[in-house]
Amino acid sequence: MIFFEDIVVGDSTIVGRHTFTAENIKSFASRYDPQLFHLDESAAEASHFGALCASGWQTAIVSMRFVVEHRRGLAELMRGRGERVAQAGPALDMRDLKWLRPVYVGDTIEYRIEVADARASDSHPGFGLMTTRTTGTNQKGEPVISFLTTALVERRGGRR
Amino acid sequence: MAKLHWEDFTIGDVAVYGPRLVTREEIVAFAAEFDPQPAHLDEAAAAATLHGGLAGSGWHSCALMMRMMADGFLLNSTSMGAPGVEEVRWLVPLRPGTQVRLRTTVLETRSSKSRPEMGLTRIRYDLIDETDTVITTLTSTMMLGRRDPEGRS
Repeated sequence: MIFFEDIVVGDSTIVGRHTFTAENIKSFASRYDPQLFHLDESAAEASHFGALCASGWQTAIVSMRFVVEHRRGLAELMRGRGERVAQAGPALDMRDLKWLRPVYVGDTIEYRIEVADARASDSHPGFGLMTTRTTGTNQKGEPVISFLTTALVERRGGRR
Repeated sequence: MAKLHWEDFTIGDVAVYGPRLVTREEIVAFAAEFDPQPAHLDEAAAAATLHGGLAGSGWHSCALMMRMMADGFLLNSTSMGAPGVEEVRWLVPLRPGTQVRLRTTVLETRSSKSRPEMGLTRIRYDLIDETDTVITTLTSTMMLGRRDPEGRS
């Protein structure tokens, strides 16, 4: 992770693309969101969704691996330059999650993260707070999901 | 059992669902699949982070809350889904071996002018441990079918 001081509000990056299949939709739903329109094609056809669609939580959660891999790539670049890598602390909250459109079998969602805000933390000296907006867009260019998360990021020289 | 409709939720109603044991194996498996950060995967690496030891992914808390909500009442309701989530706050780490429960509090209910067949119910969901400490809190509004749609004679 880069240091808090190096974060630029407005910076945005496409971190990855995920294709939703009947198999991975049902696998997630059977474990965490067993509503029939996420599990069964014919039940989904009879529902207001009209076809098998992904749990909204799956649509949110699959973005995380891309974020972790993105940060890992940045860390490797920094280590390669002989720099110290900043610690990314735990996420504190998520706000304003919107499921804008259903995600159906065969949809490929592109995830973008954008720095929405960066400010000091009163509760965690040595760290700053970074707010990130994650958006997911389908192959037709339609937004399907959007949310804000806030996490701690180490300040340069802030940790003793 | 009769399906729960919008009319069955009253402001101030509190219900508790579970318990469910969150094992180390489940925490690590979820993290390996969805959130492969050291704090969720490995005790030694986790000890050096702000988590102060192995802790479940915040997304794992959300997924567990969704499952407990589904088993608790959603699958036996007229739910028409949720347009989103207002807020999630991750207050304390989810540790391996915790017996979690889901506590729901109805915050608000209102009818829909544009869609008289449904109503809106705003609920706070608290993932709590054995001592009622809130691990994760989530607030969301659900759309539910009505037993007696407004305006129907």
